[in-house]
Amino acid sequence: MAIADVKEYTHLTEEEVDQIGRELDAIRTEIEESRGAADAAYINRLIKLQRALAAAGRVTLLVGSQFKETRKPAWVLGASLLGLHKILENMEIGHNVMHGQWDWMNDPEIHSSNWEWDTAQPAEQWKHSHNYIHHQFTNVLGYDNDIGYGILRMAREQKWSPYNLGQPIYNSLLATLFEWGVALHDLDIERIRKGEKDPKEMKRQLKQIFRKGRNQVLKDYVVYPALAGKQWKTVLTANVAANITRNLWSYMIIFCGHFPDGAVHFTEEEIEDETRAEWYLRQILGSANFEGGRTLHILSGSLGYQIEHHIFPDLPSNRYPEISEKVRALAAKYDIPYTTGPLYRQYGQALRTIMKLSLPNSWTKSDQPDPPTPPHDRKRRGDDERPSRRAELGGWSRSSSNARA
Amino acid sequence: MASTIPWERVRRSASKLTTPLHPDDYLRLLNPLWSSRELRGRVEKVIPETEDAATLVIRPGWGWRYDHKPGQYVGIGIQVNGKFQWRSYSVSSPPERRRGTITITVRAMPEGKLSSHLVKGLEPGTIVRLALPEGDFVLPDPPPERMLFLVGGSGVTPVMAMLRTLDRRSREIGRAMPDVVMHYSSPTEDRMIFRDELDRLEEQHDGLTLHRLQTDVDGMLDLAGPDGLDKICPDWRDRETYACGPGPMLDAITEYYEEQDVVDHLHLERFSLELGGEGGEGGTITFQNSGKTIEADGATTVLEAGEEAGVGMPYGCRMGICHTCTLTMISGKVRDLRNGNEFDSPNEPVQTCVTAAVGDCTLDI
Repeated sequence: MAIADVKEYTHLTEEEVDQIGRELDAIRTEIEESRGAADAAYINRLIKLQRALAAAGRVTLLVGSQFKETRKPAWVLGASLLGLHKILENMEIGHNVMHGQWDWMNDPEIHSSNWEWDTAQPAEQWKHSHNYIHHQFTNVLGYDNDIGYGILRMAREQKWSPYNLGQPIYNSLLATLFEWGVALHDLDIERIRKGEKDPKEMKRQLKQIFRKGRNQVLKDYVVYPALAGKQWKTVLTANVAANITRNLWSYMIIFCGHFPDGAVHFTEEEIEDETRAEWYLRQILGSANFEGGRTLHILSGSLGYQIEHHIFPDLPSNRYPEISEKVRALAAKYDIPYTTGPLYRQYGQALRTIMKLSLPNSWTKSDQPDPPTPPHDRKRRGDDERPSRRAELGGWSRSSSNARA
Repeated sequence: MASTIPWERVRRSASKLTTPLHPDDYLRLLNPLWSSRELRGRVEKVIPETEDAATLVIRPGWGWRYDHKPGQYVGIGIQVNGKFQWRSYSVSSPPERRRGTITITVRAMPEGKLSSHLVKGLEPGTIVRLALPEGDFVLPDPPPERMLFLVGGSGVTPVMAMLRTLDRRSREIGRAMPDVVMHYSSPTEDRMIFRDELDRLEEQHDGLTLHRLQTDVDGMLDLAGPDGLDKICPDWRDRETYACGPGPMLDAITEYYEEQDVVDHLHLERFSLELGGEGGEGGTITFQNSGKTIEADGATTVLEAGEEAGVGMPYGCRMGICHTCTLTMISGKVRDLRNGNEFDSPNEPVQTCVTAAVGDCTLDI
């Protein structure tokens, strides 16, 4: 059993698969060799803009809230500026910097090893749960904890239980509190529940999350409101609104990455002896893009190019548009499915799957062409049971993370 | 700047407002020098010295202490085509806070893209990164009563910092220039950096004697020959000698001083990596976070091995000076190729550009 048996790929010969791998490698090399001053200027400009938005948002709220006439417009404007700042920071900047997309600049201030982002999840844990587990084991059942984040049932292959009846509720909670859901992600609640988690590691992670979360809460919900004096309520509610806006937005974008129809799940057997070319193929088949203009793509952290992001997670995100033209052409040439659509449709499909899978399989019909599903155990794996990490997923370092967490 | 400490405290408490960033991350958007997260400086002037050398006047930003010792070098990082490249150069200005600037003098090397860029392509106003001053090739305080400087080419820069410091002290606190003999080899007179200033210093100070040699015309200095050290400076064996210049020149000096049994009086500054020590035994180097491994022999530095394996290794000077390349070694043992020192404590920071594996080791990257 190998990926060659996934039916979307059975028309490809082994040589063709290798050839696809080589062609994708060539795209990577071309981008790597052409990285330069314009790319560096892009990320620097974006960081400047994001920090200016943050400063403008804070000042608008602190000053605007002091006068009766300006209070309401300041609330709206301040919350929007802050929400925008957090979205940019988390999506296009933080997420991509932590993938090592900008490490080539040799700039310690924009480097995956020490970037800390403006959200509750400590960067180090993110680099483990996301860069390593999710990106290497994309959509592999039992390996990729991003299939429903241990909360939602997102694949028909996952066993149904009455707990799943509550999915519509869990889903809206997850969307609203997304920042905190992500913060707990690397703890792997499911393994904790089953008593498979190393208690020492758990304690270390909890401490890290606590410290980071406390600083975030203090900043947005205590210090800034306190600075506004009597008008603390205005600032507090605007900050809550900004955080929730960011939560809802990033939740939606992220759910468009692997849950629309057409994004396929895989089994452990299918990734056995996987070659690099097959890993590429799995990334293409397991991810879904969405369409939109340049601004939408930047606000979604370039995750509208989820397929390209998954094949080349460490190439600069501003290059994904040109990469995607090449990848699309390649997919067409070899007749490989390439899932994309407008944002509303992609998210709509993900939402429908959440609703549908709250019910047992026998009550509903699949919207996916069924991938082969041989029997397998559904146990979750720890790091020691997973194959070792691929390099392009970006660094993950335990020691460097304590500094500003 | 007596207010340094309270100001730091203000910034530290302000970080409650900017977490997970530091206030400096915002302040530097107002003025690029208002940040101490990474030392940086602004190039104020580029003064041509000779056809292929220039002095850069740099205004350092926050965090710079102006406490370099005369003779030390600094790392300077310049973004070339989006990427920071690091080199180290001696500071040629004396340590003085009130100047507000430091100067480094750079000679464009025929093969050195970066040095050419520094000499010819750097616009005033450019923001560069800086690394703290380092190096043991320094003028002691108080200085020895009798000194000999042996200088070749751009090796004059650290010595210039020493001479300027001595000159300044003589002017400011009336401490006369000690007895200094300086031999300065340069291919031609035109390529002699600081030649006007040296002339002036020689005129002003009775204690300073200059000996110039144009090696293109007169050939290299033969240390032991009739026109050698015994002639230039008959009491050279009793002096503290500071030598800086190209590798072969320093090798010849070291050899001669050893032969004459006065090597204790010799102080050297090398500007290229000299792998004097023995190699390691080699082994498998594992790069923990990227999951890559590579077999490296005992002559390959950990940095080269990592690059070979495709790991995005940080690096700067590539000769053990700037510490940009330092990584944490989780386990195993490496040997410093310069001197044979071994490092084997778990989680020890190692300079990857000058160390090689002794057996298997694992690095945190």
